[in-house]
Amino acid sequence: MSVLEGWEAVIGIEVHVELLTQSKMFCGCKVGFGDEPNMNVCPTCLGLPGALPVPNRTAIEWISKIGMALNCEISETSVFHRKNYFYADLPKNYQISQFDIPVCHDGFLDVAVDGDTVRIGIERAHQEEDTGKSLHMGEGGRIHAATETLLDFNRSGVPLVEIVSKPDIRTAAQARAYAQELRNVILELDVSDAKLEEGSMRFDANISVRQEGAPEFGTKVEIKNMNSFRSLERAVAYEIERQVDEITSGGTVIQETRHWDEEAGVTHGMRTKEGSSDYRYFTEPDLVPIVIDATWQAEIRQSLPELPAERRARYADLGLDPHLAGVLAGADADLRAVFDHAVDAGADAKAAAIWITGEVTAWLRREDTAPGDSPLTGEWLAALVAMVSDSKVSASAAKDVLDGVMRGEGAPEAVAEGRDLIQISDAGAIAAAVDEVLAANPDAVERYQAGEQKVVGFLVGQVMRATQGKAEPKLVNELLREKLS
Amino acid sequence: MTAADLTITQAAAGLASGEMTSTQLTEAVLDRAAMTEAVLHAYLTMDRDGAMAAAAESDRRHARKDPLGPLDGIPIALKDNMCTHGVETTASSKILAGYRPPYDATVVERLRSQGAVITGKTNLDEFAMGSSTENSAYGATSNPWDPDRVPGGSSGGSAAVVAAGSALGALGSDTGGSIRQPAALCGVVGMKPTYGLVSRFGLIAFASSLDQIGPFTRTVTDSALLLDAIAGFDPRDATSFRGEYPNFSDAIGRGVQGLRIGVVKEFSGEGFEPAVEAACSSMLDRLSATGADVVEVSVPTVDAALSAYYLIAPAECSANLARFDGIRYGLRVSGATTEEMMARSRAEGFGPEVTRRILLGTYALSAGYYDAFYGKALEVRALLQADFAAAYEKVDVLVSPTSPFTAFKMGDKSQDPLAMYLCDICTIPSNLAGHPGISIPIGLDESGLPIGFQVMAPALGEPVMYRVAAEVERLATFDARPELAGVTA
Repeated sequence: MSVLEGWEAVIGIEVHVELLTQSKMFCGCKVGFGDEPNMNVCPTCLGLPGALPVPNRTAIEWISKIGMALNCEISETSVFHRKNYFYADLPKNYQISQFDIPVCHDGFLDVAVDGDTVRIGIERAHQEEDTGKSLHMGEGGRIHAATETLLDFNRSGVPLVEIVSKPDIRTAAQARAYAQELRNVILELDVSDAKLEEGSMRFDANISVRQEGAPEFGTKVEIKNMNSFRSLERAVAYEIERQVDEITSGGTVIQETRHWDEEAGVTHGMRTKEGSSDYRYFTEPDLVPIVIDATWQAEIRQSLPELPAERRARYADLGLDPHLAGVLAGADADLRAVFDHAVDAGADAKAAAIWITGEVTAWLRREDTAPGDSPLTGEWLAALVAMVSDSKVSASAAKDVLDGVMRGEGAPEAVAEGRDLIQISDAGAIAAAVDEVLAANPDAVERYQAGEQKVVGFLVGQVMRATQGKAEPKLVNELLREKLS
Repeated sequence: MTAADLTITQAAAGLASGEMTSTQLTEAVLDRAAMTEAVLHAYLTMDRDGAMAAAAESDRRHARKDPLGPLDGIPIALKDNMCTHGVETTASSKILAGYRPPYDATVVERLRSQGAVITGKTNLDEFAMGSSTENSAYGATSNPWDPDRVPGGSSGGSAAVVAAGSALGALGSDTGGSIRQPAALCGVVGMKPTYGLVSRFGLIAFASSLDQIGPFTRTVTDSALLLDAIAGFDPRDATSFRGEYPNFSDAIGRGVQGLRIGVVKEFSGEGFEPAVEAACSSMLDRLSATGADVVEVSVPTVDAALSAYYLIAPAECSANLARFDGIRYGLRVSGATTEEMMARSRAEGFGPEVTRRILLGTYALSAGYYDAFYGKALEVRALLQADFAAAYEKVDVLVSPTSPFTAFKMGDKSQDPLAMYLCDICTIPSNLAGHPGISIPIGLDESGLPIGFQVMAPALGEPVMYRVAAEVERLATFDARPELAGVTA
């Protein structure tokens, strides 16, 4: 990577998110993934002569939510445009999209990368419709060799939101963190399933490089076909290095679209026929402007859930370190609810968070149980935390208590008793055991009195064994030293 | 004279009283068409079986004294750019040969639900682009008043069938005058409503921001009746008007006493035939004599309207017609690649005028040209709207000839697009403004060809427009009918 010394990458990311509304953007057809081809279609989403679009109110509400979550301005009046290009799976041969007045513009998203927070600007988020899908048959499914192409219009007209970042991203790690955080926000808003592998969330990256401190941007290259966060990170890293190599070896970067080849780990220039495409945008005459007035905006804002960044900040306020706050913020909603209730019930936040992100999560995974199906409540978690801090059970016994709770054996106290895990903290009972151990081990006592301090450890072990591990170790230690001296 | 020569109002009275049946009426109309079609070629598709079945159903409702309204049993024709479920709909284009829509346009649904008998689909200029109905891939339509002449266009088929009695009424679509101009040339009443009053769902789009469906009838009363039937909010059309819809028939018969009528100064002089100007001027005198306040009004931007229209309409059509690519329906000409197949299908499927407008519109929207062409045209459109608003401060309606000239000979203008475009000089401004307009026949020129008089009103001004139109009709006492194929109306 030393070749990158003195170079800076400028990266912008475009993300497409399919909204999981009940019906499509401009017609009443069902939005559904995996249905039989061409089952969810009508004259409008098939582009039949005479059919007209009517906007989906829920989609408009949801893109506004996305914009608000990304700290964007919401346009009171925004306009749909036609984006003209011919493609077999675009039934009207134009896409209804937005051009100069998108629903959302000028926002930002704070992203944590390696312990730092980086603010990535959001240029815009606009509403459009998805295309159908082409299935190229024969010759390995490659378009240029295919013998025929089948078209499925189930996806045609599904509401699609395009979120365009400002060119504020500088590294591959930031690119990945931005995309992941954006996905977390989308999932939190519950407006899309944002599945990368099914294409309900897709991203393209625009990358250029320049020498550090250079005022001008370098020539921009668009990278497509990254189907996971890992491939996004790899592709961006590869492309930065490729461009720097190109320039430092005397070549120039050409403006083009390149395809990420996951297996080979490289980007390839895509075959392009024309120069730059001219989409001939103009106002969609079949639609009137979308008006999201102050009242509607206020209603939408009210319905916003707590967002990941807000949640992390709230956890940090409870005293969790940034890492733990981040892990917990990304935990399952049911588990987070248990955490919140435990804190409300007086539990130490850090201890509760460690339980939730550690042992509880591990137990659920091990037992293949959904968080929502576990009987653990906030009150019970608080009780468990208190039992440990009050030394009612040992740290290792507490895991047994949790196991019992998770298996439906009842509240932590009941489980601890039922499984006989309560520590003996009665000094009298422990003293008797200590006396027995001392009587049975005169050698050890002698060695201790001769100055061999470490023999205490052996004696503590003997007392613990005699009490089946239930004696509180601290108390055993104290009593032993007392009696030995 | 047969039942085919009745007005809708007369026929509706006959059906209601039981004097005649819809079966008899529909037969008379279809018989008329059988005689006239050999000369006119006004219908592309006649749905004889569908019409007779609908008539029989209507008769059963009338027999039960339970008709669906005044249109129940009335034979109506549709311009072939309105989708009809299962009935071939081509927009007069080769690219849609054999295309049978899987749904009815909203206007068709509305007509059927009110018992109207759909006779068939009428000829038009391909995709409604033209002013003579000569640009049809299936052959031109003749003017019933003189088969050597054009009926106007693009709704020439609908105008001709109403003039000839091969339907009692018809629907057309008007993007720049395509209802009013053929109505004028065929001696019938043709009306373009305020943009948004009639749903465009199921109308094969030419220029979405300008297209409106409207009625062809023999009388102003019938026009209002048919508009009442087809107007209304449609949730499937986002540009549909959401307010209250007046009863248009109520406006008729109240005279023009005290109304201010503005004569558009720019629509006279060069290019206007003397007979047309004389007939209009005589009508203005009569309107004045009957109590209207007739004044001259200038709407200066109308001079630029034609140029703006021929950028806006082609721009929209270049996108609207992009869907005809040979992939999902219509003509497909095979090629080595998908792109080649699309290009060949379109090259083969579209006629020259459609191709010209798609190219014009594509150019007008292209990067580097948008501001100079399409952008400028939108500015003109806004100025024109402001001009109209200023004019309607002073007057209740504006009037003009509908067409600068009467029906011209076939072939006269078909080789000269610019001359053809001038046909719509008086009608285009209403489309750009979204305003209503109506053409009423007021007389014949020296060759016996009809002359049309246009009444325009501001948006939602249909009541006052109909009020004036009815008076124009009364004063004109125009009752001439074309003589055709040995049939005297």
